[in-house]
Amino acid sequence: MKLSNLFVVGLVFVSSLASANPQQKGLEIAIEADKRETGFGDTTANMTMLLKNRHGGESSRYIRLRTLEVDGDGDKSMSIFDRPRDVKGTAFLSYTHKTGSDDQWLYLPALKRVKRISSRNKSGSFMGSEFAYEDISSQEVEKYTYKYVKDESCGDIECFVIERDPVDELSGYTRQVVWIDKNEYRPQKIDFYDRKNSLLKTLSYKGYQQYLGKYWRADEMYMKNHQTGKTTLLSWTNYKFATGLTKRDFDRNSLKRAR
Amino acid sequence: MLSRFFFVCVLFSSPLVVSAADGEWSGYIATEWRVFLDLPTAPEQHGDNVSLSAQAEYYREWNAGKQSFRFTPFLRIDGRDSQRSHIDIRELNWTMVHDTWEFTAGIAKVFWGVTESQHLVDIINQTDLIESADGEEKLGQSMLKLSLTRDWGDIDLFVLPGFRERTFPSRVGRLRTQTAVAVNNAEYASSQGRDHIDAAIRWSHSLGDWDVGLSHFSGTSRDPRFRAAVDKGRTVVIPIYETIDQTGVDLQATKDDWLWKLEVISRSGQGERYTAATGGFEYSLYGINESAVDLGLIVEYLFDDRDELALTPFEDDLFLGARLAFNDEASSELLAGMIVDLENGSRVMSVEASRRIGDDWKVNLEARFFSNIASQDSLLNFENDDFVQMELAWYF
Repeated sequence: MKLSNLFVVGLVFVSSLASANPQQKGLEIAIEADKRETGFGDTTANMTMLLKNRHGGESSRYIRLRTLEVDGDGDKSMSIFDRPRDVKGTAFLSYTHKTGSDDQWLYLPALKRVKRISSRNKSGSFMGSEFAYEDISSQEVEKYTYKYVKDESCGDIECFVIERDPVDELSGYTRQVVWIDKNEYRPQKIDFYDRKNSLLKTLSYKGYQQYLGKYWRADEMYMKNHQTGKTTLLSWTNYKFATGLTKRDFDRNSLKRAR
Repeated sequence: MLSRFFFVCVLFSSPLVVSAADGEWSGYIATEWRVFLDLPTAPEQHGDNVSLSAQAEYYREWNAGKQSFRFTPFLRIDGRDSQRSHIDIRELNWTMVHDTWEFTAGIAKVFWGVTESQHLVDIINQTDLIESADGEEKLGQSMLKLSLTRDWGDIDLFVLPGFRERTFPSRVGRLRTQTAVAVNNAEYASSQGRDHIDAAIRWSHSLGDWDVGLSHFSGTSRDPRFRAAVDKGRTVVIPIYETIDQTGVDLQATKDDWLWKLEVISRSGQGERYTAATGGFEYSLYGINESAVDLGLIVEYLFDDRDELALTPFEDDLFLGARLAFNDEASSELLAGMIVDLENGSRVMSVEASRRIGDDWKVNLEARFFSNIASQDSLLNFENDDFVQMELAWYF
């Protein structure tokens, strides 16, 4: 309720005062985007990662993802690896938090061992891909500070362009520039700037589809690393919402059984 | 007893015959080349060796994943040591899952603990020592296991029929005790022998940065004591499996880049009650030198209050290790470590490295060196068994 009040106020500001301060306007856009994401409950999906290097060498990973929305905190998620075959059955459990460090466990099927791991490696590569852990973890408003930059058309739709700076000093980025479409508040493109403030990567979203008449998910997310020439294409299939997952599906016992 | 137990298992798993869900097979086939750097201690022990192994897993679930069946046979065919050629059913079990409990019947593998250099608390499965001298490989254990999930933690209850004896190299094998183990003559302290039914209970919980486990095992010791004997005119050592009670604690604090780890056990039933512990930390450095490479530094102290009488060579030892994760497409990894005896200076060093080749192949390198071994240290058995090994595995 408080949030929506803030919104009404925010929108009034935005519409009436063209000169609203850019931090305020950037934050309002982020809050609105987050609000439109709220209430999805739980989802499952299949993800394929296609890694390409500069010389055209390719490798792929198949991962299944389960996500549970947690009221008042970050999401819980479980990733189960199907391929490459040598890591089949490996599973990763993560409790993200709006502030403070996340809780993470890794299950190693050959040893039947659950390992609690450090979540400090935010800027590290996820499975050798161009996605860092912080790129794929749950995006919370609190994780950045914001600044509205301008309006710009992105493809055939109109976008807000905002800059967001990670709050966490462990982030691999100084800033990110995000194109968010004005109609549905979906990210369309993100430019990532490294710690030296040079353009590092660009992420493009393609093939948005709407689920439950409300939530938008992209079929494809394409990450290009400008400094190494490597790319990673994430393809999403089999998105399901409201599958009835509970917190019991995100505990250490379920991690050991994950298939 | 065992056969009745299996009948129950088969009965339980019969629903899978009529289930509609599809099962799936996965696994690997691997070739291992092992080169020994020194001549063996005993003339009958073999030299360089080639060995084949394979493991398959069949998995099937039904009732929306609430019930599942798993079968994991393992096979090794060794070029030199007929005792190392063996078959084991690592898993053959049926699991039923409910909101607040989970039940498994059949052969399964269970791991407890947090430390890297040795696993004191881990006791459910017998060590398949002939597979790997580091004790990381385990034999399947038949069990009834009930897990209860509560807000105050998880409780696991085990009934463990069908004791498994430890595997050992034969007279011609390497990495064996100087006097070979007579595996067919094992003795038991319990009058029920290997039919003694063991039991265990464990509570584990995550509290913020802390992961805690508390366990108790009552039954036949997985690690035997030995006595010298004469078998068919030859001196041998005979494993004696005693009935023990072991209470264990395992603890991990995950504090930013530091993982603090501790395992402590107290055991009675093998001579006087004794205490053993492993404790230390793993400190991680991420993206060293602006690269994608992560470096983990591991330090652990290994303690056993039986001192020189301990069955383990690690009674007052320090483990120093470094783990490199390259985070590349091939998932390249390297773990180098050394355990030093703080009293007599004996050292065992190991290097393990692996990387994927293409999508379905993986190469594993392993080397182990024993140096400066003191005459009273039980590692003296392996003094001439330094080896370098390459394994090439194909996954399906």
